[in-house]
Amino acid sequence: MYTEKVMDHFEHPRNVGEIENPSGMGTVGNAKCGDIMRIYLDIDENQIIRDVKFKTFGCGAAVATSSMATELVKGKSVQEAMAVTNQAVMEALDGLPPVKVHCSLLAEEAIHAALWDYAQKNGIEIKGLKQPKSDISEHDEDEEY
Amino acid sequence: MRKIIYLDNAATTRTRPEVAEAMMPFFTEYYGNPSSVYDFSTPAKKAVQEAREIIASSIGAQAREIYFTGCGTEADNWALKAAADAYREKGNHIITSKIEHHAILHTCEYLEKHGFEVTYLDVDENGVVKLEELKKTIRPTTILISIMFANNEIGTIQPIRQIGEIAKEHGILFHTDAVQAYGHLPIQVDTLHIDMMSASGHKINGPKGVGFLYIRTGVKIRSFMHGGAQERKRRAGTENVPGIVGFGKAAKLAIPSMEERARHESELRDYLMDRIMEEIPYARINGDRNNRLPNNANFAFQFIEGESLLIMLDSKGICGSSGSACTSGSLDPSHVLLAIGLPHEIAHGSLRLTMSEDNTKEEMDYVVDSIKEIVQRLRDMSPLYEDFMKKQTR
Repeated sequence: MYTEKVMDHFEHPRNVGEIENPSGMGTVGNAKCGDIMRIYLDIDENQIIRDVKFKTFGCGAAVATSSMATELVKGKSVQEAMAVTNQAVMEALDGLPPVKVHCSLLAEEAIHAALWDYAQKNGIEIKGLKQPKSDISEHDEDEEY
Repeated sequence: MRKIIYLDNAATTRTRPEVAEAMMPFFTEYYGNPSSVYDFSTPAKKAVQEAREIIASSIGAQAREIYFTGCGTEADNWALKAAADAYREKGNHIITSKIEHHAILHTCEYLEKHGFEVTYLDVDENGVVKLEELKKTIRPTTILISIMFANNEIGTIQPIRQIGEIAKEHGILFHTDAVQAYGHLPIQVDTLHIDMMSASGHKINGPKGVGFLYIRTGVKIRSFMHGGAQERKRRAGTENVPGIVGFGKAAKLAIPSMEERARHESELRDYLMDRIMEEIPYARINGDRNNRLPNNANFAFQFIEGESLLIMLDSKGICGSSGSACTSGSLDPSHVLLAIGLPHEIAHGSLRLTMSEDNTKEEMDYVVDSIKEIVQRLRDMSPLYEDFMKKQTR
């Protein structure tokens, strides 16, 4: 059901992890729907994304799109990172099944949410960046057994 | 082919070689149409009758009360739609449960659009229908109660005899979807007061494409497929002779071996459940620990998502299934897991493993070791787990 590229990024995800004191961090999605993505950005003084890490709760496509999105923004300027759309992520993965397209949208949103956090912290404006709508800092439920 | 550990026997089973062998002559040699007059079609006619008798006797029914269908879903559709139609003058109320298979639930939704009222009974945290609630929901207009024998996802076995008694006391038809139970649990339609029952061939090592509906003599139920005079004019369409023969053969093998299989499968199931619960934190068993199908284990692993788990298991040659949204083709996780009270995010992390007599303890060890490794790997990349662990150490 998935392309080889998707399977490769799912089985060997790039840039999994956390960044301590990140320049920007964004979490999007909703555990209720079964997808949560978190992106950490380390951005230098020239607004270049030096490092990026992600964590994802979700299906194979969610993991693969997060992984690919981090690959696409790494080393780019924040303005270049804005050009990493869900379409770009999907193309880089040689496509996604139609029911999984929302995963690529989530990846784009996650990058934007992290950039928004960075912009807010540093009081700068990134052209074309809007406040993310589905950013969640804390998930509401912590069910335990 | 690499070694496969097949643990999705609730989805379908391997057709036994003896079954396939019994079917073969009915493709290539005795291919006559059972409805034909000439002698050439006699072996086909006889074989269908023989299969009908095997199946009837396996549930304590008469051969003429068994109607072959194309699948379990067809049997469910037929039972509900045709009974609703036949008893419409008596009333328009149907009672079922929230954890039925979609073959029942979507048929009920269809009937609701056509003037019927349906009550979907709640279940307890183990998935058992509440009998008191059932009694309370019965109305003078109730014409049918349809409750599954055992659940396909969490394996919960319903108190079928008590439900049958309640239905009988009130003069209401009782249908049970026994697709997961037939050939796995003892079923006698008279002692359990079952009026109609659906079953499927491919869940008991028989072929796909064949099921049956048991209809007790005296139940007014009309034809669902209109056409020829097959199946006592109640189910038109040329008989799937090889399929029916295979179903009969599978039943013949499954019924006498039921106890022994159940012992073996439940040993594996319990061993698997024990090891997982001991060795993997933040895991739970869905459904009752004991009152469940002998071959059904269902877990939820917190902080991870089921489809990811399935794909990683697949890469280790393990076949399982999940009730996560991504595997159900919708945004919501399994309706069964939600009905037993699991929050969405935990229902997304469910895993169903259903054994067969072919599985071994060594396989279970490999499966547990694989699950342990995969669950940890997925948790290590889960933001939910990260937040949870940070809260713990705070």
